[in-house]
Amino acid sequence: MVNQTVVNVVSSIVARYRGERRYLMRMLQEIQSRYGYLPRRALEELAKLTSIPLSEVLNVATFYHQFKLEPPGYYIILVCMGTACHLKGNLDNYEAMKRFLGLGKYENTAKDGTVSVEKARCFGACSLAPVVMVISRDGKERYLHGHVTIRDARRIVAKYRSLALKKIKGGGS
Amino acid sequence: MTWTLMDKCCNRCWHSPEYPCRHYIRCRLSGPLCHEDVECRVRRSRRLEEIRYGRHGFKINVPLASCTIAAGAHEVYEAVVKEVKSRGILADIHRTGCMGMCYIDPWIELSKKGMPSAIYANVKPSDVPRIIKEYLEGDVSSAFALRNRTGNAKGEDKVPLLDELEPWRNQVRWVSRNCGIVDPESIEEYIALGGYRGLDRALNMRPEEVIEEIRKSGLRGRGGAGFPTWLKWKIAREQPGDVKYIIMNADEGDPGAFMNRLLAESDPHRVLEGMIIAAYAIGASKGFIFVRAEKPLMAERLSKAVEQARKYGLLGDNILGRGFSFDVEVILSAGAFVCGEETALIAAIEGRTRPRQRPPYPATRGLWGKPTIINNVETLAHVATIMAEGWEKFAKYGTEKTKGTKMFCVTGSVKRTGAYEVPVGTTIEKLVVEIAGGPPEGRKIKAVQIGGPSGGCVPASLLSTPIDYETLQKAGAIMGSGGIVVIDDHSCMVDVAKFFTSFTVAESCGKCFPCRIGMKILYDILEKITNGEGSEEDLEVLEELGNVIRSSSLCALGGTAPNPVLSTLRYFKDEYLAHVRSKRCPAKVCTKLVEYWINPDKCTGCGTCARNCPSKAISGELGKPHVIDKSKCIHCGQCYIVCPVGAVEKR
Repeated sequence: MVNQTVVNVVSSIVARYRGERRYLMRMLQEIQSRYGYLPRRALEELAKLTSIPLSEVLNVATFYHQFKLEPPGYYIILVCMGTACHLKGNLDNYEAMKRFLGLGKYENTAKDGTVSVEKARCFGACSLAPVVMVISRDGKERYLHGHVTIRDARRIVAKYRSLALKKIKGGGS
Repeated sequence: MTWTLMDKCCNRCWHSPEYPCRHYIRCRLSGPLCHEDVECRVRRSRRLEEIRYGRHGFKINVPLASCTIAAGAHEVYEAVVKEVKSRGILADIHRTGCMGMCYIDPWIELSKKGMPSAIYANVKPSDVPRIIKEYLEGDVSSAFALRNRTGNAKGEDKVPLLDELEPWRNQVRWVSRNCGIVDPESIEEYIALGGYRGLDRALNMRPEEVIEEIRKSGLRGRGGAGFPTWLKWKIAREQPGDVKYIIMNADEGDPGAFMNRLLAESDPHRVLEGMIIAAYAIGASKGFIFVRAEKPLMAERLSKAVEQARKYGLLGDNILGRGFSFDVEVILSAGAFVCGEETALIAAIEGRTRPRQRPPYPATRGLWGKPTIINNVETLAHVATIMAEGWEKFAKYGTEKTKGTKMFCVTGSVKRTGAYEVPVGTTIEKLVVEIAGGPPEGRKIKAVQIGGPSGGCVPASLLSTPIDYETLQKAGAIMGSGGIVVIDDHSCMVDVAKFFTSFTVAESCGKCFPCRIGMKILYDILEKITNGEGSEEDLEVLEELGNVIRSSSLCALGGTAPNPVLSTLRYFKDEYLAHVRSKRCPAKVCTKLVEYWINPDKCTGCGTCARNCPSKAISGELGKPHVIDKSKCIHCGQCYIVCPVGAVEKR
């Protein structure tokens, strides 16, 4: 049942771009905006429908930063790793957040699926450094926190975690 | 619907995208040209007046660009709307872009006929009612700066003019002239301020003459390498074949550089105009705007500009009746730093990854094997301005080898973070100290990092270096796209080098091994040094390996990636030596080389540090000062991070 819908979603996207190689990035972007990440099943389907080898699809999907291969948390906490933010201690913030959530070196998402903590590229909001941006999985909500200290970092994680818990329970999804 | 400048003045005007009129642009401001009618003329000048002062003679500018929105401009905008509505004030609330002085974000500007135009800094939504009330009562004393003086308002003499302020006075606003003034989503306002005049003029010339004009202006690519723009165009123009492409590189990825985003968000039509001119010069009929999906507002504004230009016949077939056809497609980039490299950018548009060997250069064989020109956002904005104003005005600024102005983003340890436009050849000191205000009290500038991960660190002793492609190269940095990060004495230069190296390790595409493996080894050595396990031989390896990577990498990413390491080694060898010889980090940044201790005067004895210590090195009774056992401490820094009162200190 679930796979059937993946097939439908991917085939309608492929049809819209006539399966052309030059729109591969665009098609992946659309799949990601639908699911919040790139499910393996969708990539296989895309490869089949466009006759682009799966290895090539994966090449593009793993090369560019925008694409995610794992489902993210309800809120994604993006910790800016631009130069100005680095100098003002955002790496400490990042580590404090991960530690607060009990995440290992290669883990980014809390086990309950509420929040992910990720390193991000410069937002260009350097005057507010160090900066942390929080976006919801569906991209509809976007919050920016500037001049973040280590104490703020823990507060931010706690805040969005409880918000996410409420929404997940309330929304039923 | 109100009548706009873009519309027909009466039925005698016959311009449409299908049947374009040659004089459409000129006619917008000084029309009507094809007939004489007082009514049409008055209608036009009245509309121009409205654009300048608003429909009711009172205009409130609120900047809505990513940077100001991040600082809370949306909330301020809503507060202004609410206040104007609830008090029944007749005013136009006007969206603008960002004027580049990030440290006063979010600002608003109030201008009423007969009153000085006043800018208020760091506005909170709760300040809005007070500001509007004061201004309407004729009191501007709480303003941050004024654009002009009228002598009518109270407190006018206490507030400086914008032109008197250090960060403003020392700038030459050439490409950024409209930023913070024009509504970025209105083609009409851009034209009212003289926009698309450059295109109009270019289309009256032969393409070769346009290239000649740019040659005389001395414009060089503002993306980093500084290749003469006209030469690139000429090579592409001379290639045989009908199909040529132009690509606008709006995929800004340098940490610490945001002038392209600022320009494209605040004055997108200028950038688009430059692109159309460039397309005409090289004979391209199709263009692509490659913009990061992670910068949604920039993409949105550029797409809107394209739509509007198409609607009025400035894109499409037979533009302005001059027989030149050109259209643009906006492509959302999924983001990779290597896309700053031309061949990697082309690969991304083709749906592939990774750069390739050059030559052949894209100007001869680029997108789908056709001659392709890639110009950066700022370069194209310069093109439009040069064509409108003439090359002489542009060439007046700058140095002998590099003419004109350049935008720089100054961030890091400075009081006035922002994007400032200055003539090329301005000294680093002027930019960092006079314009950006220097470091906060009690801090000292140690170095200035110019050019992002491909650039280098220039020490404080060389602050008097003029910023130019050649002089910076000699000093071991590059101009790059113009990101300047000021580093003060609280930062460790080895750590800074490690930071940039970690960036390039992550961004290396992995195609050629000097960059893929070499950068990783550089990083590992730096890691070793910051952990206190380095030796003096390691420093020699760093230098030798850096030079090998520089000379043997496939593309410019690898070719410049060792710069941060090499330049810090050159100027800050003593810091490296302190790390390897006496195992000490002079700036107390590298955690493994710092000794942590708990200040008994501050410690409340809450026990948080002891609970979080992974090696159980902290002991003490609840409610009493704790102590760290040095023999057990592994220098992870967790206690420093978790302490709620800041009692854990480094020494």
